[in-house]
Amino acid sequence: MASPGAVLLSEWTKVRTVRSTVITLLVAFVVTVGLGAVICLVTNNQFKSMSESEKLTFDATSTSFSGVYLGQLALIVFAVLVVGNEYSSGMIRVTLAAVPQRTMLLLCKAAVVVGLVLPVALVTSFTTFFLGQALLGSHRTTLGADHVLRAVLGMAVYMTFIALLSLGVGFMLRKPVLSLGLLMPFFFLISPILSNVPKVKNVARYFPDVAGSQMVHVVTNSSIPYGPLAGFMICLAWVLATLAGGYVLLKRRDA
Amino acid sequence: MIEVHELTKRYGETLAVDRLSFQVPQGAVTGFLGPNGAGKSTTMRMMLDLDRPTSGSVTIDGRHYSQLTEPLKYIGALLEAAAVHPGRSAYNHLLWLAQSNRIPTRRVDEMLALVGLSEVARRRAGGFSLGMGQRLGIAAALLGDPQIMMFDEPVNGLDPEGILWVRNLMKSLAAEGRTVFVSSHLMSEMALTADHLVVIGRGRLLANLSMNDFIDQNSHSFVRVRTPEPEALLDALAAAGVASTAVPGGGFEVMDGDSAHIGDLAREHGIALHELSPQRASLEEAFMRMTADSVEYRTGGGDLQQPTAEPAAVPAWGAAWKAGKRRREN
Repeated sequence: MASPGAVLLSEWTKVRTVRSTVITLLVAFVVTVGLGAVICLVTNNQFKSMSESEKLTFDATSTSFSGVYLGQLALIVFAVLVVGNEYSSGMIRVTLAAVPQRTMLLLCKAAVVVGLVLPVALVTSFTTFFLGQALLGSHRTTLGADHVLRAVLGMAVYMTFIALLSLGVGFMLRKPVLSLGLLMPFFFLISPILSNVPKVKNVARYFPDVAGSQMVHVVTNSSIPYGPLAGFMICLAWVLATLAGGYVLLKRRDA
Repeated sequence: MIEVHELTKRYGETLAVDRLSFQVPQGAVTGFLGPNGAGKSTTMRMMLDLDRPTSGSVTIDGRHYSQLTEPLKYIGALLEAAAVHPGRSAYNHLLWLAQSNRIPTRRVDEMLALVGLSEVARRRAGGFSLGMGQRLGIAAALLGDPQIMMFDEPVNGLDPEGILWVRNLMKSLAAEGRTVFVSSHLMSEMALTADHLVVIGRGRLLANLSMNDFIDQNSHSFVRVRTPEPEALLDALAAAGVASTAVPGGGFEVMDGDSAHIGDLAREHGIALHELSPQRASLEEAFMRMTADSVEYRTGGGDLQQPTAEPAAVPAWGAAWKAGKRRREN
């Protein structure tokens, strides 16, 4: 058995020594914070023209997190490339010859993704929260308000989950083009569209991004029949399912 | 020692490797020979536990590959060139590899120097030429100072200088007592480097013997003679008890004669000679005969054109191999 510490260090070196890591994580930060700020600014200016019901269900916290809708795409790219790059270059065979314990390899890769994405996600969620609240003017909330800290931390957890889920899909589909071709449209188009189709939305509300959005809501969203904790569990289930799928295929398939 | 036992790999309908069994002897260069598509790479990937065998097993010193602690210290393998992230530098590629098996980091610089990549070590590997990629792959294989080395077609795409370098490297690795297992589809390349041969075709074992035996069995020498008076010479040879066969084109081949003896014989009988040349049948030819039935894609027009025998002026393969062997033993 190779030593887990050695494999972790090696996987960390891999992630650290390619440019895509810094680029994708920086883009995730900038887009999430930037788009969140713009939406907060617009919301503040348009608040008077909003309907009464919109005003009643207005959630200052989750509004400031609106940018993650786009920012998560960069996280998807990051995580998919962590494994996909190895398959597209043939390096996976070098990796598996060095670390034939495939279970350990997958766990170490996942650990490195968490170790890198979680801090970035925490910085992103707190930055976007504070900037967003500053731009929301009189409609702002504070970190001390009920459930707000949970929502801000939930946002960081959601971003980490998205990265892990993408890693799992990356292990399953191997080719980065395939993984991105599935994940990007899913999160950007398919899930938002299906969530608005009658009947189908009863299923679509259990999609990971919808479940994740429950984690960052402070004001209860009446259209979703479960709360933040259930949202967390559903999201976690998606992550575990894709990682398990990636694990089974990695174990079984030829490299 | 590597032991391959009844190894089988099936992809759907095609049987890529078919109950293959052989052993790779320790401390020697073993050539793994077969035409394209014979299953060499598949076999090597299964030896490294990259591909899952349909049945059968491979053991290294009695253990399965995945049971090796820090396998790079046991086996170094070069499977394909440029299996490197194009954006990562050569140094960092070797660095993560070293870290994964707890190999001292200084080995990274040592190996880069050994393969001559020190100057470009910090450059993105994506800009490397095929030869540089191959050198990096070899550096990766040597990183853990392993006792067993595996190379899959290591000279493919290399320039003559690179080929010579790889050839000498393999010889020196074996001279240090390491086991070298190298695949090739070129008999000529193997004849220069290998001590032992494992020949496969269509996934099946065709031959498993020492290079010496292969040469003895397949490389017969003869003398080609051409004369305006073939009848007279044939009579003279027959009288002297020397066997000969006529070949198309007017000449004939004398099997076990030496050219001096035949020349003297011709002079005694006053026969003019137009050609008197020692020949050696090529090992390539023997290899092609051996694998002729298992070539995956034939060129149109039926049988392969048999290459003609090499003139002995070019050092014969057996001789070169024996010289190499002597050098190694010294």
